[in-house]
Amino acid sequence: MNRKGLRTAWRPDWILYLFLLPGVLYFIVFKYLPMYGIIIAFQDYSPFKGVSGSDFVGLKHFIRFFEDDEFITVFRNTLLISFYKLAFGFPVPILIALMLNEVRKSWFKRTAQTLFYIPHFFSWVIFGGIVIQALSSKGMINSIITLFGGDPILFMAEKEYFRSILVISDIIKESGWASIIYLAAISGVNPSLYEAARMDGAKKRHEIFYITLPSISSTIIILFILQLGNILELGVQQVFMLYNPLVYEVGDIIDTYVYRVGLTEQKYSFATAVGLFQATVGLILIYVANGLAKRFSGGGLW
Amino acid sequence: MRESVSFRVGTFLNYTLLTVFGLITLFPFMHVLAQSLSSQTAIVSNQVTIYPVGFQTLSYELLLKDNDFYQAFGVSLFRTAAGVGINMLLTCLMAYPLSRQVLKGKGLIMNMVIFTMLFQGGLIPSFLLLKELGMLDTMWSLLLPSAVSAFNLILLKNFFQSVPASMEESAKIDGAGHGTILWKIFVPLSLPAIATLTLFYAVMHWNTYFDAVMYISNPDLNPLQVYLRNMIVLNDSNIEMTNNTGLFLISPESLKAATIIASVLPMIIVYPFVQRYFVKGVMLGALKG
Repeated sequence: MNRKGLRTAWRPDWILYLFLLPGVLYFIVFKYLPMYGIIIAFQDYSPFKGVSGSDFVGLKHFIRFFEDDEFITVFRNTLLISFYKLAFGFPVPILIALMLNEVRKSWFKRTAQTLFYIPHFFSWVIFGGIVIQALSSKGMINSIITLFGGDPILFMAEKEYFRSILVISDIIKESGWASIIYLAAISGVNPSLYEAARMDGAKKRHEIFYITLPSISSTIIILFILQLGNILELGVQQVFMLYNPLVYEVGDIIDTYVYRVGLTEQKYSFATAVGLFQATVGLILIYVANGLAKRFSGGGLW
Repeated sequence: MRESVSFRVGTFLNYTLLTVFGLITLFPFMHVLAQSLSSQTAIVSNQVTIYPVGFQTLSYELLLKDNDFYQAFGVSLFRTAAGVGINMLLTCLMAYPLSRQVLKGKGLIMNMVIFTMLFQGGLIPSFLLLKELGMLDTMWSLLLPSAVSAFNLILLKNFFQSVPASMEESAKIDGAGHGTILWKIFVPLSLPAIATLTLFYAVMHWNTYFDAVMYISNPDLNPLQVYLRNMIVLNDSNIEMTNNTGLFLISPESLKAATIIASVLPMIIVYPFVQRYFVKGVMLGALKG
């Protein structure tokens, strides 16, 4: 394009770029500058020397954390808890959506939805607080146990219960809300499909397995990909609220580990290396999952 | 229509299971409410389940006398109001140009935004950035790092794209500039989306606490969630629960429970009025995204 053409194309739009400016600046400063800051994972960063002045040490920190027993534990915890959340938590919202979809009494449906959705809007401090209170030595569960003559159990301090508590509390808090997206997908299914099936004598379970589920499979796949991409990011707000030193061995995850090592112990470079590893694995996973989804079902995220 | 036996059994099971799941969410909450209103002896002897035993309201009275509680509540209110203001202004300003069919550099900016959903610099570099900017221990550290959510931006952009082009044409003929078109046409026509995003952002600001844990060390700037966490997890509170002879007037459990209820109350009051917007908003995201 020649100069004049460029100018006429630009003129009516300059204000649009002005609109974009604060947002773009935000993304550059608060999202891309930290990406540049990742360099310190390859340095022995010292706050006094800054990013440009610190010594370059290559992969030293990466080698160190792969040989570190604590990191191995943390990595295993993260994978295990993620896996449990995926295996037990992923199907629940689909189930809730299928069940809610069959409810004909509207007052029941409305009440159920309100009850299911509202925990999503509680912070993890509040919901975690409720969990801690209910499971404490004087809490509801232990009141019931003592009522039947048992001895109180200190749930939050026992290693064997901690992962279950994380998984179950997450399911209770989030599955109701997650079901909305499936309900939306189900409401988009063409009703004539059901009518035709009923004409052919289909039962309810046939309708669910041969019409509803196949119709919402693309939604299911997309949400599965997203969750797979987040497999190393468990939601630091939940674990940070619920865990305590007694259960670090089973409950410490990458996010909380990075926070502790990085900010409490101020090993900036080491913690950044761990964070970079986590982010990179997430990126690779989401690309792989997306590729697989495209190949086997013809639809992915992009 | 004739209903078979198996159909009726299925329906019954369906309602029962949904009820059970509803009660699982409801009971812990009722338990905390009951604890907040129960006497110290009842709690210590494990008598409290889902209704108050040895009714008292002293926990609430003590909580409402605590200055730190009001301070934290005020910080959270301010953070939510100012944060949402920044969020909505920036998100609208950015979504409008990006929703246009032709705009040089639009693809580049969209890719730049989407990439931040897939990959992030991480906790430590973000912390060091705020340190460099001198924002640690200021409200800015709670407001600016979450100024635009990529997800919400894309949702609003998609919504703006569905505004009929004819509306804009006629406004242009009347001599309206982009600013007028955005605030007088796009925003009012997208009210469901605007309401949803406002609520999403508000909930995020009200609920997030981990950023305050990392960035804030001045107790006067602690939001409500951090105040609550310190009390529940660290047993850290200035509220005096004993009388002058050292006897417990209320159980610490009861005070924690009362604080949980007081923190959750705003959400419970607002929630019924805004639920339909939330649901609509998520549907929008699901269908368009």
